[in-house]
Amino acid sequence: MNLSLLHKITATLWRVEPHGAMRVPGLMFADESLLREMDEKVYEQLCNVAALPGIVGAACAMPDAHWGYGFPIGGVAAFDPKEGGVISAGGVGFDISCGVRTLHTRLRRGDIEAVKSRLAEHLFKHIPAGLGSTGVLRLAGHDMDAMLKGGAQWAVHRGYGTQADLERIEEHGRMAGAEPDKVSQHAKERQKDEMGTLGSGNHYLEVQHVVRVYDPTIAASYGLAEGDVVISIHCGSRGLGHQIGTDYLKEMVIAAPRHGIALPDRELACAPLDSDLGRAYLGAMRAGINCALANRQILTHLTRQAFADLLPEARLDLLYDVSHNTCKEEEHVVDGRKRRLFVHRKGATRAFGPGHVSLPPELRAAGQPVIIGGSMGTASYILAGDKRNVDEVAGAFASACHGAGRNMSRNQATRRWQGRAVVDELAGRGILIRSPSLRGVAEEAPGAYKDVSAVVDSAESAGLAKKVARLEPLICIKG
Amino acid sequence: MGGWLHFSHMADIGVHGYGGTQEESFEQAALAMTAVITDPAGVRPATRVEVACSAPDRELLLVDWLNAWIFEMATRRMLFSAFRAEFSEGGLRGEGWGEELDVARHRPAVEVKGATYTALRVWLDEAGVWHARCVLDV
Repeated sequence: MNLSLLHKITATLWRVEPHGAMRVPGLMFADESLLREMDEKVYEQLCNVAALPGIVGAACAMPDAHWGYGFPIGGVAAFDPKEGGVISAGGVGFDISCGVRTLHTRLRRGDIEAVKSRLAEHLFKHIPAGLGSTGVLRLAGHDMDAMLKGGAQWAVHRGYGTQADLERIEEHGRMAGAEPDKVSQHAKERQKDEMGTLGSGNHYLEVQHVVRVYDPTIAASYGLAEGDVVISIHCGSRGLGHQIGTDYLKEMVIAAPRHGIALPDRELACAPLDSDLGRAYLGAMRAGINCALANRQILTHLTRQAFADLLPEARLDLLYDVSHNTCKEEEHVVDGRKRRLFVHRKGATRAFGPGHVSLPPELRAAGQPVIIGGSMGTASYILAGDKRNVDEVAGAFASACHGAGRNMSRNQATRRWQGRAVVDELAGRGILIRSPSLRGVAEEAPGAYKDVSAVVDSAESAGLAKKVARLEPLICIKG
Repeated sequence: MGGWLHFSHMADIGVHGYGGTQEESFEQAALAMTAVITDPAGVRPATRVEVACSAPDRELLLVDWLNAWIFEMATRRMLFSAFRAEFSEGGLRGEGWGEELDVARHRPAVEVKGATYTALRVWLDEAGVWHARCVLDV
């Protein structure tokens, strides 16, 4: 990216002055080297978002931002319904509520060495992954609607997990205001066999170990110590979420002129929050969030079963579950006053700081766990919501990055790497990969992603979230 | 004269079909989408499936057409290796030929989530060739 377009405020905060149709400034949270590598399209997309009706504060790009659909991936924007604010299907994305959850195992690295290979095989057999895989249950009719209303609470009620899990999930595992009636039959049809499936692409289940603790106090309150084995699951709302995105993008593009909205890019398709279409999408999108929460809950149950077979002493308690692609109604102080805003986070994580009322009591002093997924073979991080995000950082709406972000296209990756060679190379480093597709492995090769450590360092130095622990993979089940 | 190719998008992948008619460019774009998942040559055109699409302009129609096949692939657990599109007033009717997904044989690389409006364009070039392209979210 051409840095002359930006006004440097600090080493990790850069501002785009409002120009053209922009109603608010743009803010980019990244250091100079990440910005130089960042796609020029991120700048263009950020300026477009800043021009949408009813946007407040600033349009933000997180340190892992890259070229997305309408919104940059790693984009955050908040809208006020009282000022004509909009909700955007493109601003949420196709994989509604795609996210990551991390589970403790109460095991130490030495405890799994003897069974590592068997554990990899067993997890691969037990966790439906990749195109065409089907889940453990079939859903239709009232059951589908109950899942869409109930989210992870519905899953726990059906025997997939425990009440204790729900305290460690955003919205306590159930997004209120979901309206299954606003979800098309097509979307429900796509989901009927897909509950409890990982999907493909960048989705994974990883067994990881804690290799470094940066903040011992917060790590202790999260129950993390160096040498601990944890599990991270990255996936979303599967076919249902994709179809909701598809359905409403089209409706919003067609309806935009009727709502008096000029779209600089059709992918920015949006509708006023105070319109029938805006309300319908909100209800459907919330149902999509519940689908993702239920899906990760069922996958957690399957993981517990697989561990119980081989490592019965393991106890898989949930550390936390975060969602990346959402629009949520939240209270934020903007221009000195509290306002109810609809915050879009596209490839960005909510990062509530210490003391936030929505956090369970045992996490409240430390702040919300912010889980940053790496890519196969590279590190992941656990961060903690930072008080500075709200008190000192103007305009990030308590948000942080979500992962490394690609720095190379899938085509480039498959030209550069062979799937088998990637698997062998990682095995040589003690990382076992299991995937139904070697080409998929090549497309997701670790080198195709940005350096997640640089992203996390920028997030910390910008005051978005604090570094707590670094995780590295031992086993990766790749979708 | 028809054919297809892929083009790069940072996070995802673009499909581009071309041919002597607009229909052919759509058919080739759908074939390019199959090639994102698996080698189309390995998919037997054994079973016929029909789709119908409607949209207010030809670009939105391309997205609708690709999304119709994404839906059929997902719900029937099939892959398709041959397509035929026939335009009508405000929409199109199409047919595809394929077979049930066989993970061991097809080795699907990735699941397509949706066709997007990014880099979306349908046009007739100066040489009289129709082109249809967009980015897929995978």
